[in-house]
Amino acid sequence: MKLLFAGLPQRALAALGLFLLLLLVAPWVVNGYILSLLVVMLYFAYAGQAWNVMMGFTGQLSLGHSLYVGLGAYAAAMMFTKFGINPWVGLLVAVATTTAMGVIIGFLAFRFGIGGVYFAILTIAFSEFVRIGFDHWTWLGGSGGLFLPVANLNSNDLLNLRGAPVMFYYVMLAMCVAALAFCRWLLGSRLGYYWQAIRENEDAAAALGIPVFRYKMFAVMISSAMTAFAGVFYAFYYNNLFPEQIFSMGRSIEIILGPMIGGLGTLFGPIIGAFVLTPLADGLSELLQWVGIDVPGVKQVFYGVCLLLVIVFLPHGIWPVLARRLKLEREH
Amino acid sequence: MSDLYLNAAVGGALTGLVYGLMALGLSVIFGVVRVVNFAHGEMMTAAMYGAILLAQAFKLDPLIAMAPIAVAMFILGYGLQRGLINAFVTRPEHTQFMLLVAVAIILTNGQLIAFGPDTASVQVDYALDSYQFGALIIGKVQIIAAGTALAVSGALFAFFRFTLTGRAIRACADNYLGAQVVGLNVRHLYGLTFGIGAACLGAAGCLQLLLTNVTPLQGPSYTLLAFIIVIVGGMGSLTGALLSGLLVGVSEALAGVMFDPSAKSMFTFALLILVLLFRPQGLLGRRT
Repeated sequence: MKLLFAGLPQRALAALGLFLLLLLVAPWVVNGYILSLLVVMLYFAYAGQAWNVMMGFTGQLSLGHSLYVGLGAYAAAMMFTKFGINPWVGLLVAVATTTAMGVIIGFLAFRFGIGGVYFAILTIAFSEFVRIGFDHWTWLGGSGGLFLPVANLNSNDLLNLRGAPVMFYYVMLAMCVAALAFCRWLLGSRLGYYWQAIRENEDAAAALGIPVFRYKMFAVMISSAMTAFAGVFYAFYYNNLFPEQIFSMGRSIEIILGPMIGGLGTLFGPIIGAFVLTPLADGLSELLQWVGIDVPGVKQVFYGVCLLLVIVFLPHGIWPVLARRLKLEREH
Repeated sequence: MSDLYLNAAVGGALTGLVYGLMALGLSVIFGVVRVVNFAHGEMMTAAMYGAILLAQAFKLDPLIAMAPIAVAMFILGYGLQRGLINAFVTRPEHTQFMLLVAVAIILTNGQLIAFGPDTASVQVDYALDSYQFGALIIGKVQIIAAGTALAVSGALFAFFRFTLTGRAIRACADNYLGAQVVGLNVRHLYGLTFGIGAACLGAAGCLQLLLTNVTPLQGPSYTLLAFIIVIVGGMGSLTGALLSGLLVGVSEALAGVMFDPSAKSMFTFALLILVLLFRPQGLLGRRT
């Protein structure tokens, strides 16, 4: 516990506490629309945090994280709909599945020295490969989709993850806090320092005696295992799964936009990114609908422009600048 | 039965040559500027829509539209490189990559807004003509598309081999610092290279339009296809790109006949995974 907060200035602790308090009381204040938006924000904050472990901490660019979301979602949904097993046990299956997939990709790539852009393409290729596989797997609905029985919104069944949006909100909030604490702990551990060494200079890290292959494997395993929960949540919150959507490259890119824009490799980057981007994009679509323009693609163009602007003008993302301005940085 | 496979393989090979030309553009850009153009398929889609607009407005055959489209794409590519990408040449790989992802997202969805989600195509009056050689039946458009793709590729090879500018560009690729020392205008040459890559893409787009239709959302899958072809052929190797385009075309076509047309890209991905594992430098690539 002490380690988690070590070095943080008072005002940072206060800001963190206030932020958390706001999120805790939010469902009691806001309407249903804002709540659904908050759920999406938390979802992307969580998934972005998981992706950040691979790219932000370890420097391995994965453009196929929708693969882990999709596999996690399908694993838990399969256990639930086919065998009546609750999603928390299903989560174990989901974690096992995504970690196994991560191990396969990581082993193939890192064993054969595939890095950088080649690794990114390999992750896309795997994700597309699996997507087409699921498209043809009729037992799990194939391209027609897999559906979960629609939840009764009047009773909250936490064990089976069936209930009102507010329950999903608190579940995701808890997971986001857990992920943040976990990532903080990771970064301060030996593992985290090894990762950052690999990210900065892989050859130098290897020369210092860091078993690069093993630690890159840890990164992909932890990241894919964390992403599994995002998938389970997605399946039970939306109640429908289509391979075409959940495994798509667009979804992978949506996951990484948060941390890229918020600040790659920072703990708060994924959260800030998701919290800035989602309401902006959604507000824009609302606004356009309100003035009578309803064309698909506007939101995505907006994402693209945001990404472009941030990369050109704020290459380290929003959070490092914000933290410096507000004096929330950790003291060294 | 074997006739079916033969026809599929030859048809796939002809389509593959157009794929090869498309991938050639990517390979040229990567080989020289060392930036991976993640917006490749999206740019080609833009070229295809350009050809469609020309066909609708002036009844231009995509084969003739190829010239103005290639010029327009050259200007676009040159401008993109000089205006946006050049500042990123020395930045980390993932930043360049994300920059082009942003360009790709904007292009795809911009096209979605402009042209709507439906497919569009151009009908040429020789679309259904075909030639028969024994059991082999080949469509006229396929022969024309493949032949033109080969001719354009040949012109590109000649340009890099024999012209002064082409050799200067190769000098930049071989030794960035050395090229600057002998007084080459590297920024301009990078711009030219990106332009040439984009022009290839424009030509490939017009030819592809003879063979298939276009939707705004196809961009990412063409980008992926171009990447796979270039990686399989060897990054930076021009003959490799052409050869591997051929290979991917044939494997797609055979997969369509043997299994299911919707599973054809699974074969391509499997090919990529195999090549990355056993020959990461690509079929004709040099190990760095």
